[in-house]
Amino acid sequence: MELNDFRILVTVVGFVCFVGICIWAWSKHAKAGFDEAARLPLTDDDPPVQEDRQGKEGNTNG
Amino acid sequence: MQSQATYNYKVVRQFAIMTVVWGIVGMLVGVIVAAQLVWPELSVHEWLSYGRLRPLHTNAVIFAFGGCALFATSYYIVQRTCHTPLFAPGLAAFTFWGWQLIIVLAAVTLPLGFTSGKEYAELEWPIDLLIAVVWVSYAIVFFGTIVKRKVSHIYVANWFLGAFILTVALLHIVNSAAIPVSLTKSYSAYAGVQDAMVQWWYGHNAVGFFLTAGFLGMMYYFVPKQADRPVYSYRLSVVHFWALIFTYMWAGPHHLHYTALPDWTQSLGMLFSLILLAPSWGGMINGIMTLSGAWHKLRTDPILKFLITSLSFYGMSTFEGPMMSVKTVNALSHYTDWTVGHVHSGALGWVAMISIGSIYFLLPRLYGKAEMYSVKLINTHFWVATIGVVLYIASMWIAGVMQGLMWRATNADGTLTYSFVESVKASYPFWTIRLVGGALFLVGMLIMFYNMVKTIAGQKAYNAPVVAPAAAHA
Repeated sequence: MELNDFRILVTVVGFVCFVGICIWAWSKHAKAGFDEAARLPLTDDDPPVQEDRQGKEGNTNG
Repeated sequence: MQSQATYNYKVVRQFAIMTVVWGIVGMLVGVIVAAQLVWPELSVHEWLSYGRLRPLHTNAVIFAFGGCALFATSYYIVQRTCHTPLFAPGLAAFTFWGWQLIIVLAAVTLPLGFTSGKEYAELEWPIDLLIAVVWVSYAIVFFGTIVKRKVSHIYVANWFLGAFILTVALLHIVNSAAIPVSLTKSYSAYAGVQDAMVQWWYGHNAVGFFLTAGFLGMMYYFVPKQADRPVYSYRLSVVHFWALIFTYMWAGPHHLHYTALPDWTQSLGMLFSLILLAPSWGGMINGIMTLSGAWHKLRTDPILKFLITSLSFYGMSTFEGPMMSVKTVNALSHYTDWTVGHVHSGALGWVAMISIGSIYFLLPRLYGKAEMYSVKLINTHFWVATIGVVLYIASMWIAGVMQGLMWRATNADGTLTYSFVESVKASYPFWTIRLVGGALFLVGMLIMFYNMVKTIAGQKAYNAPVVAPAAAHA
Protein backbone atom coordinates (compact mmCIF):
# COMPACT_ATOMS: atom_id res chain seq x y z
CA MET A 1 0.00 0.00 0.00
CA GLU A 2 1.30 3.40 -0.94
CA LEU A 3 1.86 5.85 1.95
CA ASN A 4 -0.89 8.16 0.72
CA ASP A 5 -3.39 5.29 0.69
CA PHE A 6 -2.51 4.66 4.31
CA ARG A 7 -3.03 8.33 5.14
CA ILE A 8 -6.43 8.28 3.44
CA LEU A 9 -7.34 5.11 5.30
CA VAL A 10 -6.43 6.60 8.70
CA THR A 11 -8.49 9.72 7.98
CA VAL A 12 -11.53 7.70 6.84
CA VAL A 13 -11.28 5.29 9.79
CA GLY A 14 -11.00 8.29 12.14
CA PHE A 15 -14.13 9.83 10.67
CA VAL A 16 -16.08 6.57 10.79
CA CYS A 17 -15.06 6.14 14.44
CA PHE A 18 -16.33 9.60 15.26
CA VAL A 19 -19.68 8.97 13.55
CA GLY A 20 -19.86 5.68 15.44
CA ILE A 21 -19.24 7.46 18.74
CA CYS A 22 -22.04 9.95 17.96
CA ILE A 23 -24.50 7.17 17.15
CA TRP A 24 -23.51 5.31 20.32
CA ALA A 25 -23.80 8.47 22.44
CA TRP A 26 -27.35 9.08 21.25
CA SER A 27 -28.46 5.46 21.53
CA LYS A 28 -30.87 4.41 24.28
CA HIS A 29 -28.23 1.88 25.23
CA ALA A 30 -25.86 4.49 26.65
CA LYS A 31 -28.49 6.59 28.42
CA ALA A 32 -28.60 4.84 31.80
CA GLY A 33 -24.82 4.77 32.15
CA PHE A 34 -24.57 8.45 31.21
CA ASP A 35 -27.21 9.46 33.76
CA GLU A 36 -25.34 7.57 36.41
CA ALA A 37 -21.96 9.02 35.42
CA ALA A 38 -23.38 12.55 35.31
CA ARG A 39 -24.23 12.30 39.01
CA LEU A 40 -20.69 11.33 40.01
CA PRO A 41 -19.53 14.79 41.10
CA LEU A 42 -22.76 15.31 43.05
CA THR A 43 -22.81 11.98 44.88
CA ASP A 44 -19.30 12.25 46.24
CA ASP A 45 -20.77 13.66 49.45
CA ASP A 46 -18.94 16.90 49.93
CA PRO A 47 -21.11 18.80 52.42
CA PRO A 48 -20.01 22.24 53.55
CA VAL A 49 -17.57 21.54 56.32
CA GLN A 50 -18.39 22.97 59.72
CA GLU A 51 -15.75 25.11 61.36
CA ASP A 52 -15.74 22.90 64.43
CA ARG A 53 -15.55 19.69 62.43
CA GLN A 54 -11.92 19.94 61.59
CA GLY A 55 -9.76 17.73 63.70
CA LYS A 56 -12.60 15.36 64.47
CA GLU A 57 -12.81 13.81 61.06
CA GLY A 58 -9.94 13.10 58.80
CA ASN A 59 -6.39 13.79 59.79
CA THR A 60 -5.15 17.30 60.10
CA ASN A 61 -1.44 16.96 59.76
CA GLY A 62 -1.30 17.20 55.99
CA MET B 1 -16.83 2.20 55.09
CA GLN B 2 -13.19 3.30 54.88
CA SER B 3 -13.48 5.90 57.59
CA GLN B 4 -9.74 5.87 58.33
CA ALA B 5 -8.50 6.62 54.82
CA THR B 6 -8.38 10.24 53.73
CA TYR B 7 -7.93 11.86 50.35
CA ASN B 8 -4.48 13.23 49.61
CA TYR B 9 -5.22 16.94 49.89
CA LYS B 10 -1.67 17.95 50.74
CA VAL B 11 -0.43 18.11 47.16
CA VAL B 12 -3.69 19.80 46.12
CA ARG B 13 -3.15 22.46 48.80
CA GLN B 14 0.43 23.06 47.72
CA PHE B 15 -0.49 23.49 44.07
CA ALA B 16 -3.58 25.59 44.89
CA ILE B 17 -1.55 28.08 46.94
CA MET B 18 1.20 28.26 44.34
CA THR B 19 -1.43 28.91 41.66
CA VAL B 20 -2.21 32.22 43.33
CA VAL B 21 1.45 33.04 43.99
CA TRP B 22 2.60 32.30 40.44
CA GLY B 23 -0.47 34.05 39.07
CA ILE B 24 0.66 37.24 40.79
CA VAL B 25 4.28 36.83 39.63
CA GLY B 26 3.37 36.01 36.02
CA MET B 27 0.82 38.78 35.71
CA LEU B 28 3.18 41.27 37.34
CA VAL B 29 5.78 40.49 34.67
CA GLY B 30 2.99 40.95 32.11
CA VAL B 31 2.18 44.38 33.52
CA ILE B 32 5.89 45.28 33.41
CA VAL B 33 6.26 44.34 29.73
CA ALA B 34 3.03 46.19 28.93
CA ALA B 35 4.50 49.25 30.67
CA GLN B 36 7.74 48.85 28.69
CA LEU B 37 5.74 49.16 25.47
CA VAL B 38 4.35 52.48 26.69
CA TRP B 39 7.62 53.68 28.29
CA PRO B 40 10.54 51.94 26.52
CA GLU B 41 13.01 53.56 28.94
CA LEU B 42 11.79 51.03 31.56
CA SER B 43 14.06 48.45 29.92
CA VAL B 44 16.75 49.27 32.47
CA HIS B 45 19.01 46.24 32.04
CA GLU B 46 19.40 43.48 29.47
CA TRP B 47 18.07 40.97 32.03
CA LEU B 48 14.92 43.04 32.36
CA SER B 49 14.53 43.93 28.71
CA TYR B 50 11.28 43.34 26.86
CA GLY B 51 12.64 40.50 24.72
CA ARG B 52 13.65 38.47 27.75
CA LEU B 53 10.78 39.30 30.07
CA ARG B 54 8.09 38.57 27.51
CA PRO B 55 8.84 34.80 27.35
CA LEU B 56 9.14 34.84 31.14
CA HIS B 57 5.61 36.30 31.29
CA THR B 58 4.13 33.71 28.91
CA ASN B 59 5.89 30.79 30.61
CA ALA B 60 4.93 32.02 34.06
CA VAL B 61 1.25 32.52 33.35
CA ILE B 62 0.78 29.41 31.20
CA PHE B 63 2.96 26.84 32.92
CA ALA B 64 3.38 28.22 36.44
CA PHE B 65 -0.07 29.75 37.08
CA GLY B 66 -2.09 27.59 34.66
CA GLY B 67 0.03 24.52 35.31
CA CYS B 68 -0.33 24.69 39.10
CA ALA B 69 -4.08 25.23 38.71
CA LEU B 70 -4.29 22.14 36.51
CA PHE B 71 -2.23 20.00 38.88
CA ALA B 72 -4.29 21.13 41.89
CA THR B 73 -7.69 20.61 40.31
CA SER B 74 -6.85 17.38 38.47
CA TYR B 75 -5.47 15.77 41.64
CA TYR B 76 -8.61 16.86 43.51
CA ILE B 77 -11.09 15.82 40.81
CA VAL B 78 -9.54 12.45 40.07
CA GLN B 79 -9.50 11.43 43.75
CA ARG B 80 -13.03 12.54 44.49
CA THR B 81 -14.68 11.17 41.35
CA CYS B 82 -12.78 7.88 41.64
CA HIS B 83 -13.47 7.60 45.40
CA THR B 84 -9.89 6.70 46.18
CA PRO B 85 -6.77 8.55 47.39
CA LEU B 86 -4.05 9.39 44.87
CA PHE B 87 -1.96 6.58 43.48
CA ALA B 88 1.76 6.88 44.39
CA PRO B 89 1.57 9.85 46.82
CA GLY B 90 5.38 10.08 46.90
CA LEU B 91 5.45 10.57 43.15
CA ALA B 92 2.69 13.17 43.47
CA ALA B 93 4.88 15.09 45.93
CA PHE B 94 7.74 14.80 43.44
CA THR B 95 5.56 16.40 40.73
CA PHE B 96 4.98 19.37 43.03
CA TRP B 97 8.62 19.99 43.92
CA GLY B 98 9.81 19.12 40.41
CA TRP B 99 7.34 21.56 38.85
CA GLN B 100 8.36 24.34 41.24
CA LEU B 101 12.04 23.72 40.43
CA ILE B 102 11.26 23.98 36.70
CA ILE B 103 9.48 27.29 37.26
CA VAL B 104 12.41 28.69 39.26
CA LEU B 105 14.86 27.51 36.59
CA ALA B 106 12.74 29.24 33.94
CA ALA B 107 12.66 32.43 35.99
CA VAL B 108 16.47 32.39 36.17
CA THR B 109 17.45 31.24 32.67
CA LEU B 110 15.04 33.28 30.56
CA PRO B 111 16.15 36.72 31.84
CA LEU B 112 19.77 35.55 31.45
CA GLY B 113 19.02 34.98 27.79
CA PHE B 114 19.13 31.18 27.57
CA THR B 115 16.44 30.24 25.09
CA SER B 116 15.81 27.75 22.33
CA GLY B 117 13.74 30.41 20.58
CA LYS B 118 10.57 28.33 20.17
CA GLU B 119 7.50 30.18 21.36
CA TYR B 120 6.00 28.69 24.54
CA ALA B 121 8.87 26.14 24.45
CA GLU B 122 11.79 28.48 25.09
CA LEU B 123 13.39 26.53 27.92
CA GLU B 124 16.72 24.90 27.15
CA TRP B 125 17.25 21.15 26.93
CA PRO B 126 18.25 20.28 30.53
CA ILE B 127 15.01 21.89 31.77
CA ASP B 128 13.09 20.18 28.95
CA LEU B 129 14.35 16.82 30.20
CA LEU B 130 13.22 17.65 33.73
CA ILE B 131 9.79 18.65 32.39
CA ALA B 132 9.52 15.28 30.62
CA VAL B 133 10.36 13.38 33.84
CA VAL B 134 7.89 15.38 35.95
CA TRP B 135 5.20 15.04 33.31
CA VAL B 136 5.56 11.27 33.02
CA SER B 137 5.33 11.08 36.84
CA TYR B 138 2.16 13.18 36.66
CA ALA B 139 0.71 10.73 34.13
CA ILE B 140 1.58 7.76 36.38
CA VAL B 141 -0.12 9.37 39.40
CA PHE B 142 -3.21 10.41 37.43
CA PHE B 143 -3.79 7.23 35.45
CA GLY B 144 -2.78 5.07 38.42
CA THR B 145 -5.57 6.74 40.39
CA ILE B 146 -8.01 6.09 37.53
CA VAL B 147 -6.99 2.43 37.48
CA LYS B 148 -7.66 1.94 41.21
CA ARG B 149 -11.02 3.76 41.12
CA LYS B 150 -13.89 2.37 43.16
CA VAL B 151 -16.62 3.26 40.63
CA SER B 152 -17.18 1.78 37.19
CA HIS B 153 -17.49 5.06 35.28
CA ILE B 154 -14.62 7.38 34.49
CA TYR B 155 -16.25 10.80 34.88
CA VAL B 156 -16.00 13.02 31.80
CA ALA B 157 -13.77 15.58 33.57
CA ASN B 158 -11.16 12.85 33.93
CA TRP B 159 -11.33 12.11 30.21
CA PHE B 160 -10.45 15.72 29.44
CA LEU B 161 -7.72 15.83 32.08
CA GLY B 162 -6.29 12.51 30.89
CA ALA B 163 -6.24 13.71 27.27
CA PHE B 164 -4.51 16.90 28.39
CA ILE B 165 -1.80 14.96 30.25
CA LEU B 166 -1.15 12.46 27.45
CA THR B 167 -1.15 15.02 24.65
CA VAL B 168 1.09 17.50 26.43
CA ALA B 169 3.63 14.70 27.00
CA LEU B 170 3.56 13.90 23.28
CA LEU B 171 3.76 17.55 22.19
CA HIS B 172 6.56 18.43 24.58
CA ILE B 173 8.75 15.46 23.76
CA VAL B 174 8.37 15.80 19.96
CA ASN B 175 8.77 19.58 19.78
CA SER B 176 11.65 19.74 22.24
CA ALA B 177 13.78 17.22 20.31
CA ALA B 178 17.09 19.06 19.90
CA ILE B 179 20.82 18.63 19.46
CA PRO B 180 22.63 20.06 22.50
CA VAL B 181 25.91 21.81 21.78
CA SER B 182 26.54 22.86 25.39
CA LEU B 183 24.74 22.81 28.70
CA THR B 184 22.86 25.98 27.85
CA LYS B 185 22.50 25.85 24.07
CA SER B 186 20.80 23.45 21.68
CA TYR B 187 19.45 23.47 18.15
CA SER B 188 16.14 22.04 17.02
CA ALA B 189 16.20 18.54 15.54
CA TYR B 190 14.08 19.87 12.65
CA ALA B 191 14.99 22.35 9.96
CA GLY B 192 13.27 25.01 7.89
CA VAL B 193 9.54 24.88 7.33
CA GLN B 194 9.28 21.45 8.99
CA ASP B 195 10.65 23.04 12.14
CA ALA B 196 8.05 25.80 11.88
CA MET B 197 5.26 23.27 11.35
CA VAL B 198 6.37 21.08 14.28
CA GLN B 199 6.59 24.23 16.43
CA TRP B 200 3.03 25.31 15.61
CA TRP B 201 1.67 21.81 15.78
CA TYR B 202 3.04 22.03 19.32
CA GLY B 203 2.00 25.64 19.82
CA HIS B 204 -1.58 25.28 18.76
CA ASN B 205 -2.10 22.00 20.56
CA ALA B 206 -0.61 23.54 23.67
CA VAL B 207 -3.56 25.92 23.37
CA GLY B 208 -5.89 23.03 22.54
CA PHE B 209 -4.84 20.59 25.21
CA PHE B 210 -2.98 22.52 27.91
CA LEU B 211 -5.16 25.65 27.84
CA THR B 212 -8.43 24.07 26.70
CA ALA B 213 -8.88 20.35 27.43
CA GLY B 214 -7.38 20.63 30.91
CA PHE B 215 -9.55 23.61 31.83
CA LEU B 216 -12.61 21.92 30.32
CA GLY B 217 -11.90 19.16 32.83
CA MET B 218 -12.23 21.81 35.54
CA MET B 219 -15.41 23.09 33.94
CA TYR B 220 -17.06 19.64 33.87
CA TYR B 221 -16.41 19.17 37.59
CA PHE B 222 -16.65 22.57 39.24
CA VAL B 223 -19.63 24.00 37.33
CA PRO B 224 -21.93 21.06 38.22
CA LYS B 225 -20.50 21.09 41.74
CA GLN B 226 -21.00 24.79 42.37
CA ALA B 227 -24.40 24.85 40.65
CA ASP B 228 -25.34 21.61 42.45
CA ARG B 229 -26.80 20.17 39.27
CA PRO B 230 -25.54 17.45 36.94
CA VAL B 231 -24.02 18.57 33.66
CA TYR B 232 -26.68 19.69 31.13
CA SER B 233 -26.07 16.81 28.72
CA TYR B 234 -23.67 14.01 29.44
CA ARG B 235 -23.95 12.62 25.93
CA LEU B 236 -23.05 16.03 24.53
CA SER B 237 -19.99 16.00 26.79
CA VAL B 238 -18.92 12.66 25.30
CA VAL B 239 -19.32 13.93 21.73
CA HIS B 240 -17.67 17.22 22.76
CA PHE B 241 -14.65 15.28 24.00
CA TRP B 242 -14.16 13.14 20.91
CA ALA B 243 -14.85 15.98 18.49
CA LEU B 244 -12.18 18.07 20.19
CA ILE B 245 -9.70 15.17 20.13
CA PHE B 246 -10.30 14.42 16.45
CA THR B 247 -10.02 18.01 15.20
CA TYR B 248 -7.59 20.02 17.35
CA MET B 249 -4.46 18.23 16.13
CA TRP B 250 -4.93 19.58 12.60
CA ALA B 251 -5.40 23.28 13.31
CA GLY B 252 -1.75 24.30 13.85
CA PRO B 253 -0.99 25.45 10.27
CA HIS B 254 -3.22 28.53 10.72
CA HIS B 255 -0.26 30.06 12.60
CA LEU B 256 1.73 29.88 9.35
CA HIS B 257 -0.59 31.48 6.79
CA TYR B 258 1.24 33.11 3.88
CA THR B 259 4.58 31.55 4.84
CA ALA B 260 6.77 28.92 3.15
CA LEU B 261 4.34 26.26 4.38
CA PRO B 262 2.59 24.59 1.39
CA ASP B 263 -0.66 26.31 0.51
CA TRP B 264 -2.75 23.14 0.88
CA THR B 265 -1.45 22.70 4.44
CA GLN B 266 -2.50 26.25 5.27
CA SER B 267 -5.98 25.60 3.84
CA LEU B 268 -6.25 22.35 5.79
CA GLY B 269 -5.35 24.17 8.99
CA MET B 270 -7.94 26.83 8.26
CA LEU B 271 -10.65 24.26 7.53
CA PHE B 272 -10.07 22.32 10.72
CA SER B 273 -9.96 25.55 12.70
CA LEU B 274 -13.42 26.40 11.33
CA ILE B 275 -14.70 22.91 12.19
CA LEU B 276 -13.42 23.44 15.75
CA LEU B 277 -16.12 26.04 16.31
CA ALA B 278 -18.67 23.22 16.66
CA PRO B 279 -17.12 21.25 19.55
CA SER B 280 -16.00 24.46 21.25
CA TRP B 281 -19.48 25.92 21.30
CA GLY B 282 -20.98 22.52 22.14
CA GLY B 283 -18.83 22.49 25.26
CA MET B 284 -19.59 26.08 26.15
CA ILE B 285 -23.35 25.54 25.77
CA ASN B 286 -23.12 22.37 27.83
CA GLY B 287 -21.38 24.25 30.63
CA ILE B 288 -23.63 27.28 30.65
CA MET B 289 -26.86 25.29 30.28
CA THR B 290 -25.90 23.28 33.36
CA LEU B 291 -27.22 26.33 35.16
CA SER B 292 -30.64 26.15 33.48
CA GLY B 293 -33.28 26.31 36.16
CA ALA B 294 -30.75 27.72 38.62
CA TRP B 295 -29.88 31.02 36.99
CA HIS B 296 -30.76 32.89 40.17
CA LYS B 297 -27.63 31.47 41.78
CA LEU B 298 -25.57 33.71 39.50
CA ARG B 299 -26.87 36.74 41.36
CA THR B 300 -25.53 35.71 44.72
CA ASP B 301 -22.64 33.34 44.08
CA PRO B 302 -19.44 35.07 42.90
CA ILE B 303 -17.66 31.72 42.33
CA LEU B 304 -20.39 30.79 39.88
CA LYS B 305 -19.98 34.23 38.28
CA PHE B 306 -16.32 33.45 37.65
CA LEU B 307 -17.11 30.03 36.21
CA ILE B 308 -19.94 31.14 33.93
CA THR B 309 -18.20 34.32 32.77
CA SER B 310 -15.16 32.22 31.90
CA LEU B 311 -17.40 30.11 29.66
CA SER B 312 -18.72 33.25 27.96
CA PHE B 313 -15.14 34.29 27.20
CA TYR B 314 -14.42 30.75 26.03
CA GLY B 315 -17.32 31.08 23.60
CA MET B 316 -16.12 34.47 22.41
CA SER B 317 -12.53 33.47 21.86
CA THR B 318 -13.42 30.17 20.20
CA PHE B 319 -15.62 32.09 17.78
CA GLU B 320 -12.93 34.68 17.16
CA GLY B 321 -10.20 32.05 16.69
CA PRO B 322 -11.79 30.23 13.74
CA MET B 323 -12.62 33.60 12.14
CA MET B 324 -8.99 34.71 12.47
CA SER B 325 -7.83 31.45 10.91
CA VAL B 326 -9.65 32.36 7.68
CA LYS B 327 -6.80 33.35 5.39
CA THR B 328 -8.29 36.66 4.24
CA VAL B 329 -9.01 37.71 7.82
CA ASN B 330 -5.58 36.52 8.87
CA ALA B 331 -4.01 38.71 6.19
CA LEU B 332 -5.29 41.64 8.23
CA SER B 333 -4.94 40.31 11.76
CA HIS B 334 -1.62 38.46 11.71
CA TYR B 335 1.35 40.15 13.42
CA THR B 336 -0.96 42.82 14.88
CA ASP B 337 -2.21 43.36 18.43
CA TRP B 338 -5.49 41.72 17.41
CA THR B 339 -3.71 38.39 18.03
CA VAL B 340 -2.61 39.63 21.45
CA GLY B 341 -6.21 40.62 22.23
CA HIS B 342 -7.50 37.23 21.08
CA VAL B 343 -4.97 35.35 23.19
CA HIS B 344 -5.84 37.35 26.30
CA SER B 345 -9.57 36.96 25.78
CA GLY B 346 -8.82 33.24 26.07
CA ALA B 347 -6.06 33.46 28.68
CA LEU B 348 -7.56 36.02 31.08
CA GLY B 349 -11.25 35.56 30.30
CA TRP B 350 -11.36 31.78 30.01
CA VAL B 351 -8.29 30.12 31.51
CA ALA B 352 -7.62 32.49 34.40
CA MET B 353 -11.26 33.01 35.37
CA ILE B 354 -12.16 29.31 35.45
CA SER B 355 -8.97 28.64 37.45
CA ILE B 356 -9.74 31.44 39.89
CA GLY B 357 -13.31 30.17 40.38
CA SER B 358 -12.06 26.62 40.90
CA ILE B 359 -9.38 27.66 43.39
CA TYR B 360 -11.95 29.69 45.35
CA PHE B 361 -14.02 26.50 45.48
CA LEU B 362 -11.05 24.42 46.63
CA LEU B 363 -9.28 26.60 49.20
CA PRO B 364 -11.86 26.49 52.00
CA ARG B 365 -12.43 22.77 51.51
CA LEU B 366 -8.70 22.09 51.80
CA TYR B 367 -8.73 23.76 55.21
CA GLY B 368 -11.97 22.32 56.54
CA LYS B 369 -13.99 25.50 56.10
CA ALA B 370 -17.35 26.08 54.47
CA GLU B 371 -16.32 29.13 52.46
CA MET B 372 -13.63 31.73 51.86
CA TYR B 373 -12.82 34.33 54.51
CA SER B 374 -14.74 36.95 52.53
CA VAL B 375 -17.29 36.11 49.85
CA LYS B 376 -17.69 39.82 49.28
CA LEU B 377 -14.05 40.11 48.27
CA ILE B 378 -14.55 37.31 45.71
CA ASN B 379 -17.26 39.47 44.22
CA THR B 380 -14.94 42.50 44.21
CA HIS B 381 -12.25 40.38 42.55
CA PHE B 382 -14.76 39.29 39.93
CA TRP B 383 -15.69 42.82 38.92
CA VAL B 384 -12.14 44.18 38.98
CA ALA B 385 -10.98 41.25 36.83
CA THR B 386 -13.89 41.52 34.40
CA ILE B 387 -13.36 45.24 33.84
CA GLY B 388 -9.64 44.54 33.41
CA VAL B 389 -10.23 41.90 30.73
CA VAL B 390 -12.70 44.06 28.82
CA LEU B 391 -10.31 47.04 28.78
CA TYR B 392 -7.48 44.76 27.70
CA ILE B 393 -9.16 42.99 24.82
CA ALA B 394 -11.14 45.97 23.52
CA SER B 395 -8.00 48.12 23.31
CA MET B 396 -6.07 45.35 21.57
CA TRP B 397 -8.84 44.74 19.05
CA ILE B 398 -8.92 48.39 18.09
CA ALA B 399 -5.13 48.68 18.00
CA GLY B 400 -4.82 45.48 15.97
CA VAL B 401 -7.34 46.36 13.29
CA MET B 402 -5.85 49.84 13.08
CA GLN B 403 -2.31 48.46 12.67
CA GLY B 404 -3.45 45.96 10.02
CA LEU B 405 -5.23 48.67 8.04
CA MET B 406 -2.29 51.08 8.29
CA TRP B 407 0.24 48.45 7.17
CA ARG B 408 -1.76 47.51 4.09
CA ALA B 409 -2.77 51.05 3.04
CA THR B 410 -1.18 52.12 -0.25
CA ASN B 411 -1.18 55.35 -2.22
CA ALA B 412 -2.37 55.58 -5.82
CA ASP B 413 1.21 55.15 -7.05
CA GLY B 414 1.61 51.91 -5.06
CA THR B 415 3.81 53.26 -2.28
CA LEU B 416 2.92 52.64 1.37
CA THR B 417 0.75 55.31 2.95
CA TYR B 418 2.24 54.90 6.40
CA SER B 419 5.71 54.06 7.65
CA PHE B 420 5.83 51.38 10.34
CA VAL B 421 6.72 53.84 13.06
CA GLU B 422 3.53 55.79 12.37
CA SER B 423 1.51 52.71 13.30
CA VAL B 424 3.59 52.41 16.48
CA LYS B 425 2.84 56.00 17.37
CA ALA B 426 -0.88 55.52 16.73
CA SER B 427 -0.86 52.46 19.03
CA TYR B 428 0.33 54.28 22.16
CA PRO B 429 -3.09 55.23 23.59
CA PHE B 430 -4.30 51.65 23.23
CA TRP B 431 -1.17 50.23 24.83
CA THR B 432 -1.84 52.54 27.76
CA ILE B 433 -5.42 51.27 28.08
CA ARG B 434 -4.10 47.71 27.87
CA LEU B 435 -1.68 48.46 30.69
CA VAL B 436 -4.57 49.68 32.85
CA GLY B 437 -6.61 46.56 32.03
CA GLY B 438 -3.72 44.24 32.85
CA ALA B 439 -2.97 46.11 36.07
CA LEU B 440 -6.62 45.75 37.14
CA PHE B 441 -6.45 42.02 36.54
CA LEU B 442 -3.31 41.88 38.69
CA VAL B 443 -5.04 43.86 41.45
CA GLY B 444 -7.75 41.19 41.39
CA MET B 445 -5.12 38.53 42.02
CA LEU B 446 -3.75 40.51 44.96
CA ILE B 447 -7.26 40.64 46.42
CA MET B 448 -7.41 36.89 46.00
CA PHE B 449 -4.06 36.48 47.75
CA TYR B 450 -5.27 38.51 50.73
CA ASN B 451 -8.49 36.50 50.88
CA MET B 452 -6.50 33.27 50.68
CA VAL B 453 -4.15 34.24 53.50
CA LYS B 454 -7.07 35.26 55.71
CA THR B 455 -8.86 31.98 54.91
CA ILE B 456 -5.86 29.85 55.74
CA ALA B 457 -4.54 31.81 58.73
CA GLY B 458 -4.94 29.86 61.94
CA GLN B 459 -6.58 26.94 60.13
CA LYS B 460 -5.21 23.43 60.24
CA ALA B 461 -4.83 21.64 56.94
CA TYR B 462 -7.73 19.29 56.42
CA ASN B 463 -7.85 15.98 54.56
CA ALA B 464 -11.39 14.81 53.89
CA PRO B 465 -12.18 11.14 54.55
CA VAL B 466 -12.55 8.96 51.48
CA VAL B 467 -16.23 8.65 50.60
CA ALA B 468 -17.60 5.21 49.75
CA PRO B 469 -19.22 5.28 46.32
CA ALA B 470 -23.02 5.50 46.19
CA ALA B 471 -24.55 2.07 45.76
CA ALA B 472 -25.53 2.70 42.15
CA HIS B 473 -21.94 3.33 41.11
CA ALA B 474 -20.13 0.50 42.86
